[in-house]
Amino acid sequence: MIRVQHEDFDVGAEINRMRRARPDIGAVAAFVGQVRDLNEGDAVSGLALEHYPGMTEKALENIVAQAKNRWNIFDALVIHRIGQLKPFDQIVLVVVSGAHRGEAFAACEFIMDFLKTEAPFWKKEQTERGERWVDARTSDDAAKQRWAKPD
Amino acid sequence: MKVALLYFARLREALGASREEATLPAEARDIQSLMAWLAQRGGVWQEEFSGCRPLRAAVNQELVANDATFKDGDEIAFFPPVTGG
Repeated sequence: MIRVQHEDFDVGAEINRMRRARPDIGAVAAFVGQVRDLNEGDAVSGLALEHYPGMTEKALENIVAQAKNRWNIFDALVIHRIGQLKPFDQIVLVVVSGAHRGEAFAACEFIMDFLKTEAPFWKKEQTERGERWVDARTSDDAAKQRWAKPD
Repeated sequence: MKVALLYFARLREALGASREEATLPAEARDIQSLMAWLAQRGGVWQEEFSGCRPLRAAVNQELVANDATFKDGDEIAFFPPVTGG
């Protein structure tokens, strides 16, 4: 399931909902991203998240479908917030359920790495030196590349 | 050919435009040549679409490479590399 929303989310409630969905789940892996108060050496007081409505949901559905195709997992949930956020706010949640931890961990990490490089979200942060658009990191591209399958 | 052009994030602010309905000339037949056509508008369009700054493109809400083509009625979006998560 994909949710793109302004509202905050309850990590415990989301994990519980997935955990109780079926009795053959043996592992639930989760990742939570939150707003930091520091970036590129500057204090960050807040950030605004813009996205491309329609494409965002398609891109995330596609990433989850790839993960389900690649690993034997049961279900995956992605929640991403948009709008104005501040330090300590949760930005993103990925929850993956499966029979065993190995595939749940791997699929969760895969979904985050592809979300970082393919889902159309953009951060504009507010710093003591004014507003600025956050630049993409080459380390995120490298993180995605490690999932490339050999020919 | 008529298409919808969408601009996001830093690019949207630089251009002062988020969406336009454009009638493309025959030479704008793929993403690469469409970018060249937009750069010909001069000023900030030249700066943004001349290839100096990294841009991504999507056709009908799917990421595409610069040699991707499109057809009448398509939705074509340009934006900086994404920074979510």
